[in-house]
Amino acid sequence: MDRAAIIGLGMTRIEANKVRDTFADMAWEAVNKALSDAGMTIDDIDNVVTTSNDFWDGRTISCMAVGDASGAKHKNISCCEGDGTFGAFYGLTRILSGSYGTTLVTAHSKGSESISSLITNASFDPIYDRGLGMDMISASAMQARAYMNRTKTTPEQMALVSVKNHGNAIRNPYAQLPMKITVDDVLKSEMIADPLHKLDCSPVSDGCCAIIIANEDRATKYTKTPVWIKGVSFCSDSFFLGDRDLSQAPSLKAAAKKAYDMAGIKNPGKEIDLAELYDAFSYQELMWLEALGLAGDGKAGKELEDGRYDLGGALPVNASGGLLSGHPVIAAGLIRIAEAVKQIRGDAGKYQADGVRLALAQGLNGLCGQSHCVWILGKDK
Amino acid sequence: MGKRRVAIVGTGQTFHKSHRPDVNGQELIHEAVQSALNDAGMKIGDIDAIVIGNMDHFEGINYVDCWSVDGSGGVMKPIIKLTTGGTTGCTVGIGGYHMVASGIFDKVLVIGWEKNSESDTTGAITTAFDPIWDRLVFAGAISGLAAEAQAYMAKYGATDKDGARVSVRDRKHACNNPHAQLRKEVTIDEVLASPMLADPIHLLDVCPRTDGACAVIMACEGIAEKLTPIPDWIWGTANRHTYTYLNDTAFGGLDSMAEASKELFKKAGIREPRKELDVIELYQPYSFAGIIWIEDMGIVPRGKGAEYIWSGATDMGGELPINPSGGVIACNPIGATGLIRCAEVALQIMGKAEARQVPDVNLGVSTGFGGCFWVDMILHGKNKPAF
Repeated sequence: MDRAAIIGLGMTRIEANKVRDTFADMAWEAVNKALSDAGMTIDDIDNVVTTSNDFWDGRTISCMAVGDASGAKHKNISCCEGDGTFGAFYGLTRILSGSYGTTLVTAHSKGSESISSLITNASFDPIYDRGLGMDMISASAMQARAYMNRTKTTPEQMALVSVKNHGNAIRNPYAQLPMKITVDDVLKSEMIADPLHKLDCSPVSDGCCAIIIANEDRATKYTKTPVWIKGVSFCSDSFFLGDRDLSQAPSLKAAAKKAYDMAGIKNPGKEIDLAELYDAFSYQELMWLEALGLAGDGKAGKELEDGRYDLGGALPVNASGGLLSGHPVIAAGLIRIAEAVKQIRGDAGKYQADGVRLALAQGLNGLCGQSHCVWILGKDK
Repeated sequence: MGKRRVAIVGTGQTFHKSHRPDVNGQELIHEAVQSALNDAGMKIGDIDAIVIGNMDHFEGINYVDCWSVDGSGGVMKPIIKLTTGGTTGCTVGIGGYHMVASGIFDKVLVIGWEKNSESDTTGAITTAFDPIWDRLVFAGAISGLAAEAQAYMAKYGATDKDGARVSVRDRKHACNNPHAQLRKEVTIDEVLASPMLADPIHLLDVCPRTDGACAVIMACEGIAEKLTPIPDWIWGTANRHTYTYLNDTAFGGLDSMAEASKELFKKAGIREPRKELDVIELYQPYSFAGIIWIEDMGIVPRGKGAEYIWSGATDMGGELPINPSGGVIACNPIGATGLIRCAEVALQIMGKAEARQVPDVNLGVSTGFGGCFWVDMILHGKNKPAF
C-alpha cells in the first residue's frame, strides 16, 4: 500500500439529543473543525465521502442531507452506508487510486430521532428472523451469553469494562456519559436483556465526526503532525446468527491479520500502544480484544482486572470512554479513528496515554459484529 | 488518473421483470453474480472484495451489505456498501474502480440490485427530500422531473412531441435486449395519448419499476488481459452531487451533468464528445432528459437537443447511438440501473452486445442520475488509457 496519512479531524460533542442541530448542522461543525485542525480550507479538499444510514436518518438517500454542508457542491463526492471506518476505507482508496490528493470523510447519525429497536430489527432477515422480534440488544445478549459460556468471562468482568470506560470519559469533554461508577452499580442497573444490564449497553447518541486523509505528497503540506495509515482491512462473517459461532469473531480475526501484515506487525499485543474499540456492549470490548490478538483467548477479562487496559496500563483501551460513553451509530467507528489519531499526536488532553506510536481503531457493521474494519495508525512513516 | 489501470472483465444481469415473487433479494443478487462470474470465467473464490449498493427503503432491509452475503458471496470477504440514490449503480461502479486502482484489491465484484416490487417507490423516494423545505412540495421523482421539462420547454420551445420521440427510440432499442423489462415498440401518438402523470410527462415517457440485479467484475492491468480477450478499460470517472435542496436546483439544464462531463472529458483529452464517443448509455429516467442532458454533456449546443434526436443520430445505426439497451425507460431496478448502464457499455466495448451491438465501439460513456439532480459518470475504452 502506498503511504497516506490522516491530517485533520473534527467532531461534535456526543450528546443524547442535539435538538437544535440538523444533520447538516452537525456535519458543518465537524467539517469546519477538521479543516481548521488540518490548517486547510475547503478549497484544499479534492473529494468528499460521507457516511450515513437511511434507516437511522429516516431519509432515503440520507447522504443528501449533508453534501452541501460538507463543502462538496463542486467536487466529486460519494457515500458509504455503514460504519465510518468503512467510509474512511473508501476515502483512502480514492487517494491510493491516484485520483485525488485529499479526501474529506464524514459520518453522522442522530439516535435521538430514531427508534433503535425497530431500526435494528430491520437488519434481520424479513422472512426468517424479523418476526421473532429480534433487535440489536437481544442478539447481543445471546452473543454475550455464548461468549461467557465459552470463555468463562464473568458478569463482574464485563461490568468492569463499563466502569473503566465511563471513568475514562470523565476526562473527555466530548463524551456523553462521563460517570464514576462501580461494578456493583453496573450489576444492579436494570436488566435489559439477560445478561446485559443497562450499564453494559451503550447509550442512544447524536454526533458527527470528520477526518481528512491525504496522500504522501500532501500529508505534510498543511500540518506538521500527519498520522500515517499503516494497515487497514475489513471482512464479513455469515449473516444468519445460527450460521455463526457467536462466541467467536472470525471476520475480525481475518481483518486484523491482514491489517497487521500490511503494517508489519508480528506481535500485536506487544507492538500496539493503544486501541479504540467498538464497545457497543461491555462484553464486546473483551471479545474484540481477543479476536484482535491483543489479549489471549478467554483472557481479556482477567487482564482487564489486572489493569492492563486502563489509561495507565500497558495497552489502554478506549481511553476516550468508548461507545459505552457515547454511541452515535455510523459516526462511532470514525470517532475511534479520530481518537486514535489524537493519542498518536499527543492531543488527547487529560486522557492522553503515554508514548503512543502505534494505535488500532476498529469499527463494525451488522449484527453481533458480522463485518469488521480494522485500522492501524502510526506516528512514524 | 490512476496509479494502475482497471478494466471490466465480466458482467451479469438478471432478466429484469416488474415482479419477481419467485426469488428473494439474496437469490436475485446471486443470479447476477453467478452470471458475471461465468462471463469472466471466474469463481467466487477468485474475488478479493465486493462493493454492493441499493436503496434501503425500497426493500426495507437495513445493513444490506451484511444481509446479502449468502447471495453476493461475501462470507469471509471484505464487503462494503455504497449508496447515493438513483446514482447508486454508477456510484458502486466508480467505487469498484477505486478499490482496484488503489492496489489494495486486484479483483473486485460490484453489485447493484433492487426489488422495487417490495416497496412503495414514490413513498420511499419522497423521504429523500428535506422534511421541512422540500418534502411537502415535491412528491417522489416525477414532480421534479416535470419541473425540469417545463423549464426547458419554456426556454427553448421544445414540445411534448420531442419528448415522445426519445421514448419511441428507447422502446424500439429495448426490443433488441432480452434483459429489458418492457420490449414493445410504441408510436409518437401512443406516447402522447398515454395518461398524463405530471405535465408534460406521459406514462410512456417514464421508466417502470423493476426487480433486477446487475454485477460487474473489475480487475487490474496484468490480470484483466488474462481473464478476457477484450477488457473494457475504465478511462475515467467523475460525479457531481451539486444540490441538496430541490428548490435550489436550476431547472431546465442539469448542472451536475455539465460539470461532471467537463471534468471527465478533460481528464481523457476528449474535445468533441459527439465525434469521439461511439455509444452512450444514459441514465435517462424520462424522455425529456434524452434531449436536455445531451446538451449538458456537450454532445450538442444548448437548445439543439431535440433537433439532434429527430435527425436519427442517436438511433441504432446513427452517428452516436444512445441507449442501445433500451435504457431506463424500458427497465429500472433503481439500485442496479446505473450499473446496468456501465455493464451495457462494457458489453459494447467487449463486442458482446449481440442484437444491440453498435459496430466498432472504441469509447463509450455510462451515467447514473439520482438524488437531487445528481450525476455520476464513467468513461470506457477499448484501448488502455494512455494516462
